[in-house]
Amino acid sequence: MSTHSSVHAVNSPLNPTLHHHEEQSFWRKYIFSTDHKVIGIQYGLTSLIFLFFGFTLMMIMRWQLAYPGEAIPFIGKMLGDDRAPDGVMLPEFYNQLGAMHGTIMVFLGVVPLAVGAFGNYIMPLQIGAPDMAFPKLNMMSYWVYFTGGIVMLASFFVPGGAANSGWTSYPPLSDIATTGQTVWLIGMVFLITSSLLGSVNFIVTIVQLRTQGLSFMRLPFFVWAQFVTSFLLLLAFPPLEAAGVLQLMDRVAGTSFFLPSGLVVSGQQLANTGGGSPLLWQHLFWFLAHPEVYVLILPALGIVAEVISNNTRKPIWGYKSLVYAAIFLGFMSFIVWAHHMFLTGMGTAISTFFQTTTMIISIPSVIILSALFISLYGASIRFTTPMLFALAFLPMFGIGGLTGLPLGLAASDIPLHDTYYVIGHFHYVVAPGTIFGLFAGIYYWYPKITGRALNETMGKVHFWGSFVCMNLIFFPMLIQGLAGVSRRLYDGGQQYAHAQGVLHLNVIMSVAAWVMALFQIVFIINFFLSLRTGKKASSNHWEATTLEWSAAPTPPVPHGNFVTIPQVYRGPYEYSVPGQPKDFTPQNEIVKV
Amino acid sequence: MEIPYTISPRPETGLFNAKMGIWLFLASEVMLFGALFTTYILLRVGAPEWPRGELDIPLATLNTAVLISSSITMVMAWASLVMKNFKKYRAYMGATILLGVVFLIIKGFEYSHHFMAGEIPSKNTFFAIYFTLTGLHGLHVIGGMIVNTYFWGPGSKMWKTEPERFTNRIEVAGLYWHFVDLVWIFLFPVLYLL
Amino acid sequence: MNSSQAHDVDIKKHVRTYITVFITLLALTLITVAVSYLRLNMTAAIIVALSIAAVKGSLVASYFMHLISEKKAIYATLMLTALFFIVLMCLPIFAHSDPIIYKNVP
Repeated sequence: MSTHSSVHAVNSPLNPTLHHHEEQSFWRKYIFSTDHKVIGIQYGLTSLIFLFFGFTLMMIMRWQLAYPGEAIPFIGKMLGDDRAPDGVMLPEFYNQLGAMHGTIMVFLGVVPLAVGAFGNYIMPLQIGAPDMAFPKLNMMSYWVYFTGGIVMLASFFVPGGAANSGWTSYPPLSDIATTGQTVWLIGMVFLITSSLLGSVNFIVTIVQLRTQGLSFMRLPFFVWAQFVTSFLLLLAFPPLEAAGVLQLMDRVAGTSFFLPSGLVVSGQQLANTGGGSPLLWQHLFWFLAHPEVYVLILPALGIVAEVISNNTRKPIWGYKSLVYAAIFLGFMSFIVWAHHMFLTGMGTAISTFFQTTTMIISIPSVIILSALFISLYGASIRFTTPMLFALAFLPMFGIGGLTGLPLGLAASDIPLHDTYYVIGHFHYVVAPGTIFGLFAGIYYWYPKITGRALNETMGKVHFWGSFVCMNLIFFPMLIQGLAGVSRRLYDGGQQYAHAQGVLHLNVIMSVAAWVMALFQIVFIINFFLSLRTGKKASSNHWEATTLEWSAAPTPPVPHGNFVTIPQVYRGPYEYSVPGQPKDFTPQNEIVKV
Repeated sequence: MEIPYTISPRPETGLFNAKMGIWLFLASEVMLFGALFTTYILLRVGAPEWPRGELDIPLATLNTAVLISSSITMVMAWASLVMKNFKKYRAYMGATILLGVVFLIIKGFEYSHHFMAGEIPSKNTFFAIYFTLTGLHGLHVIGGMIVNTYFWGPGSKMWKTEPERFTNRIEVAGLYWHFVDLVWIFLFPVLYLL
Repeated sequence: MNSSQAHDVDIKKHVRTYITVFITLLALTLITVAVSYLRLNMTAAIIVALSIAAVKGSLVASYFMHLISEKKAIYATLMLTALFFIVLMCLPIFAHSDPIIYKNVP
């Protein structure tokens, strides 16, 4: 059975895909490319820049939290009087930083890196496909994302500054907020559209373009993770897009979808008709935003599985459990959202429902984490830089997950909701969790993409520095939250009696954040320096079993990825197979019996 | 290397790529309109009173018939291509586009009547959700018509060189168009009759 | 090109089906409008209107969109979507149907 028997009218002179390999113009080759590898790199570089920018916003916030009311050094005066008169941050500006830090990190940084960059570049290679199912749509997805990013950045420069109602944009506040909120909504429409188009592409590619012999249960776990993630993006994002349109109409067309009747703002009755429901926004927002957090973690879990298997020289323990757990996790993620709304006055019946589903959803997470931990047992571990990040991911994700449990139970959520405990919880999962997984991915796949290896010593410095700093930044947040310090306070809780005992932690956290920036500089230098002077990497630098290493050259063939279409004979993690000469047996290798 | 299954289906799934793609896209559209229907329900249930008789039922009934007719002309356009009759395809596709235009014109009438009576989205939540739901639906109609017009006009050149691929494209466009009809089938009773 | 010829014969049968469905859809439209003039109570009106709409929608999906002969992969995706659609519709209503109301707050 040939996979390519009836594709196009091959002899047609109008066949657009006949490869004469005329030299493409610079624009078609590097800017408006339809090649998933170029698009993956575009997503990667863009998202890393946004991650760095979002990190910078946080570093500025952390000055205000550590030293409230003091002028921001170096850049304080440059921010201007409407943001920081005499260099002292205004609360309004603090709110902008907070809302945009969250938005940029989640929607412009982590997801585009995890899905847009890694998913785009690696997934087609791992399934033996020549490209994505819809290359032009892929290109469009990137440019729509890019446009959304520019719109978001532009919001800082409109009168009143950027969005300042939290990344969650709750009405009524967001409905009546400054212009920046409208710009935020427009930016979100672009970003959501990009995500939706991308998710269609990913699902069709994984289902339809798997190479010969690559059944679903022979897929690398990374591909499964991307598959489930794409379904989450496909079905959960549209309600937020609808909600965004409704909020835009409230702000621009005078409707009252989210504004209740009789709302009084600054002593004056609001002119709108009323009759709306602020809780409607919360339902629509969290319907997306809960699955979104699984979008944040799943690709990282996928990367960690790849790196662990490769560096333990063993198959991952419990492949089937991992796959079924990931699918179940994806499904459950759609029916837990109102655990973000326990304090909105919902009745006990519905709260119990959401509390129950939330407890149930912790089960697949534990299964996945356990399988990855058990995979280490009896292993001959290679402590390469990607492996260090993957190993650290495990306990960090464990802390993140465990700290989520009191939040998922309605009763214990009451004192913890909207405190620093929540911020500590979700940052543990995303920062030393997902972002460490993404760093593991960068160190792991850099040799395949560039043909050179990142420097191991600099990598280890980057790792240890980041690991220590991450814990110094986020663990104290759990303590502050338990003490009752609310989130989104522009002075870090200074005015509250109950915060006094834990205020000093603000300084520790801020210093740790600034020190962590220094360790990221090591990474940035390594990233660019190794392009020129890094050790040249072979096609299968890590001696891995999956197709991107064993079947594609380094870097992969510009059009089509593979010299010959790979045929798969076995599962993805056949390391240390007894009786075999090498300690790894690639998926596509023909083994003489 | 070519991308496989752009024309003939992958045996396991029985689908060619674009058909799977459009169904997935339609699934996301179900969630999009679903969120708006949820909004409608929540706002109406929470409202002390809800307007009735503000909308032109006979006109909308006519519009429903128009859209249903455009659905059958659309599927006949595809069927004509399967039967290798390009002239019939063009006739049916042309009819689909024309009926779409009629739908939009009637919608335009409705909207302008409301605007002239001061019934704009900001008047109350009923009109807010009415204009949002029908407006978003209308945008989807316009989008579908742009695609259909392209396939009636310059895009139809592909029939000469890659007839199977072109037939598949019309099938995919048809699926989208039927979905737009399907949304209206629910919109109409919910907004106008209940 | 045998499958294409078989498809040809099929398609003529399909055309007859399309026309039948079309007429049914028009009829159901008239029925649903007529019923609305009966001014039934709210619950009955909702049930009748949505049932008729569901029948019409199923006809469009099954025959115009060929869902009745479509592959498992599509069905599975749509069933999943339908489930989440219902979840999105129903849970927010339930969330507000028995709210916690504090009485005698000082």
